[in-house]
Amino acid sequence: MTRRMYMRHFVTLAGLAVASVSLLVSAAQKNGAVHEYQLDNGLKLIVKEDHRAPIMVSQVWYKVGSSYEHDGITGLSHVLEHMMFKGTEKYPSGEFSRIISENGGRENAFTSSDYTAYFQTMEKSRLPVSFELEADRMRNLLIPDEEFLKEVKVVMEERRMRTDDNPQALTYEQFKATAFVSSPSRIPVIGWMDDLENMEVADLRDWYQKWYAPNNATVVVVGDVDPDEVHALAKKHFGPLKADKISPPKPRKEIKQLGQKRIVVKAPAELPFLTMGYKVPILLDAETAWEPYALDVLAGVLDGGNSARLSSQLVRGSEIAASAGAGYDMYDRLGGFFIMQGTPSAEHSVKELEEALLAQIKQMQEKPVSQAELDRVKAQIRSAKVYELDSVFYQAMQIGMLETVGIEWQELDRYSGEIDKVTPDQVIQVAKKYLVADKLTVAELDPQPIDPNKPPSRDSGAGHGH
Amino acid sequence: MRTIIKSLLLPLLVLVSSALQAAPKIQNWETSNGARVLFVEAHDLPMIDIRVVFDAGAARDGKTAGLAKMTSALLDQGAGGLNADEIAIGMESLGASLGGGSERDMGWLTFRSLSDRKLLNPALALFKKVLNQPDFPEEDFKREQKRMLISARYRGQKPGSIAGEKYYQLLYGDHPYASIPGGDEKSLSSLTREQLQTFYKQYYVAKNAVIAVVGDLTTKQAKKVVNDLVGKLPAGEQAPGLPEVSPLKKADKKIITHPSTQSHVLIGAPGVYRGDPDYFPLYMGNFILGGSGLVSRISDEVREKRGLSYSAYSYFSPMAKPGPFTLGLQTKNDKREEAIKVLRKTLQDFLDKGPTDKEITAARKNITGGFPMRVSSNSKIVEYLAMIGFYKLPLDYLDKFNPTIEAVTKEQIIDAFKRRVDPDKMVTVIVGGDT
Repeated sequence: MTRRMYMRHFVTLAGLAVASVSLLVSAAQKNGAVHEYQLDNGLKLIVKEDHRAPIMVSQVWYKVGSSYEHDGITGLSHVLEHMMFKGTEKYPSGEFSRIISENGGRENAFTSSDYTAYFQTMEKSRLPVSFELEADRMRNLLIPDEEFLKEVKVVMEERRMRTDDNPQALTYEQFKATAFVSSPSRIPVIGWMDDLENMEVADLRDWYQKWYAPNNATVVVVGDVDPDEVHALAKKHFGPLKADKISPPKPRKEIKQLGQKRIVVKAPAELPFLTMGYKVPILLDAETAWEPYALDVLAGVLDGGNSARLSSQLVRGSEIAASAGAGYDMYDRLGGFFIMQGTPSAEHSVKELEEALLAQIKQMQEKPVSQAELDRVKAQIRSAKVYELDSVFYQAMQIGMLETVGIEWQELDRYSGEIDKVTPDQVIQVAKKYLVADKLTVAELDPQPIDPNKPPSRDSGAGHGH
Repeated sequence: MRTIIKSLLLPLLVLVSSALQAAPKIQNWETSNGARVLFVEAHDLPMIDIRVVFDAGAARDGKTAGLAKMTSALLDQGAGGLNADEIAIGMESLGASLGGGSERDMGWLTFRSLSDRKLLNPALALFKKVLNQPDFPEEDFKREQKRMLISARYRGQKPGSIAGEKYYQLLYGDHPYASIPGGDEKSLSSLTREQLQTFYKQYYVAKNAVIAVVGDLTTKQAKKVVNDLVGKLPAGEQAPGLPEVSPLKKADKKIITHPSTQSHVLIGAPGVYRGDPDYFPLYMGNFILGGSGLVSRISDEVREKRGLSYSAYSYFSPMAKPGPFTLGLQTKNDKREEAIKVLRKTLQDFLDKGPTDKEITAARKNITGGFPMRVSSNSKIVEYLAMIGFYKLPLDYLDKFNPTIEAVTKEQIIDAFKRRVDPDKMVTVIVGGDT
């Protein structure tokens, strides 16, 4: 399962190596030292050296996303991300992308529940170009009315494409909104359509004023760079920006769930789909520090590869599932959620799939995971530590994400050690404590006919044109 | 190779040179049974990537769409007497990963492992079994057949997938490229285990294979690894060349009703093949037309100026035989006619007047300046090696990449588009709700 992220410009998420939930998500990196700086205006700079290729990635992370929003203004952070390319006094609309492109750069931006981030990957000498442009739009964005009116339509098309016409995404959106009541984890990153339709340019200007300041940003640079030179460059470009008063978001803690919740989503589709989620702790709110790591191991035992239990027992084995997955992201800022999803095979019902997934949880509560399974999970983490060094983007992404949700980047060094300490008994304990019916929400996609009354297609051209 | 890059480049040079030369040094050889190998030595990280590619894609499906993909999917479901669980547990306990896939031109397997011999050697032994001795167990065959039927239905609920499959069918008619890689209900139901075995025996052979290796190995070690891996594969025969693609004789249009809020639009015709002498002018011209994300003309007209679509683009997909040249977008149903008009007009303007000098300069700067990112990781390099090997591109393809781009002229772009893109003979596929 991947983080739900919305990007300004469409690329496949796989290409981005987006943080996937489970165990392969992160690990310590000793190869390149990490250097941390803070400017006088509060901007945080983190630099990691990777001299394998003459390139660098520069990312600017802001602490704002859909979990900072409330009813009526949903989708605002993401629309603002789009508007960040619509010009300042110094660099009018379109100039940002044109200049980056002319410098051989690749750029994009993404919004999630807990962050909004902008990045450029460029040949290493082009870092000043990135800093100049990013510093300018951190404080000087214009947000012209006419640009907003066009861009919000683009975002509505994005919503139609990603969610409204995608029955599984639609189900997931309603599932999240059902599971969470008082916590903003219920808010879809893309925003509800009605909120997009009623969004005003003034809302965006307020939102920009509220969150876009050096003391609410983290700049991450990874690549063939010299940390002190990067620091000097950051001081030059970002240093003159004025800090602002940032009011941290209120806790908006989720109310206690008092029993299982269940919804059915009817949408035109070919296949049923099931998604189940338990409220669980995350690193930031865990009362017992090891619990999130134990949940992470549990997720890895269920779905950490083709040999994990869901693949081997439900897709193969009983063949109840055509596909099945489990995921947990302990690095969320709010609203920990342990998720299981799947599509039943043709001979089985959604109900049978649900029972099979619940039986998997029951097994976790009753029987210790084997040493071989634990060893496999740990071996995968050790190798992932090395593999992730193959991508400067991914290295920067991990640092920026952890910093922005309020966990420091040093977690990258701690992670595998903490996972190593997890015992089979701890896995049983978290399964018993959290993976229980009263904390569960279940959503089922009930497929409606795609088009029962009309012929499937009509020709308006004659024959094949060969 | 990246260690060489470092010693060659002076920071000052980098500042002024956009035609940065940083291509990895490719070694190549042939195994005694006829497999072609491309290797890049890279010791910065203690890891190995291997990509084995066969001319065994859906273009070899014959009458049974899905045959190539299913053969590929079955390889790691039982091999050399080990079952799917044993293979998966073996790989993953070593921290290694095995993947694979199949599209129209090729079927491939990917392998990644740490270079620590204690991990690498047993992982390679498993990979070797999967590659050389797949068992195609009956039970696993039946399960994967059902799962592919489910995937076909899954694609049938996504307007973008429906459009893509219909588009290839209209573009290629009775050419093998019309085959749907994932198959359809009828073809998948008719598949037999014996067909898969026959397909495997014919196409998964040394003379039909390219092996790309990048990582922490010396040349000597790489030769040994490759020999162990494929040395025992039957030599077999290289797959025969695919039939030529006949150009479209006239325009064609297909509208498929789907209960979606958006219409997905694909417009296009067969375009270029890998190694096509027009490839670079077309690539660069298309970069300006619709290939450079939000700074392209199509995106500017459709998205930036009118807010009609989140994603509007054009691209050439070079394949062994001419792959599609495609223009595409999605927009809400009642805007689709307008969006199609804008898309077509943008293409027509480009064909009539060509790119401006300014656009060419900007495109050249981006493409050449972005070259270091194309080869900045082992995973990117191994994909390039597989592509260069499979399509028999010159080994200096990457070295020549920037000089070739630098040399493309405005006249070449205009001329290539005039000869290769005919807007009056294109297929249009629309999948969406009522307008």
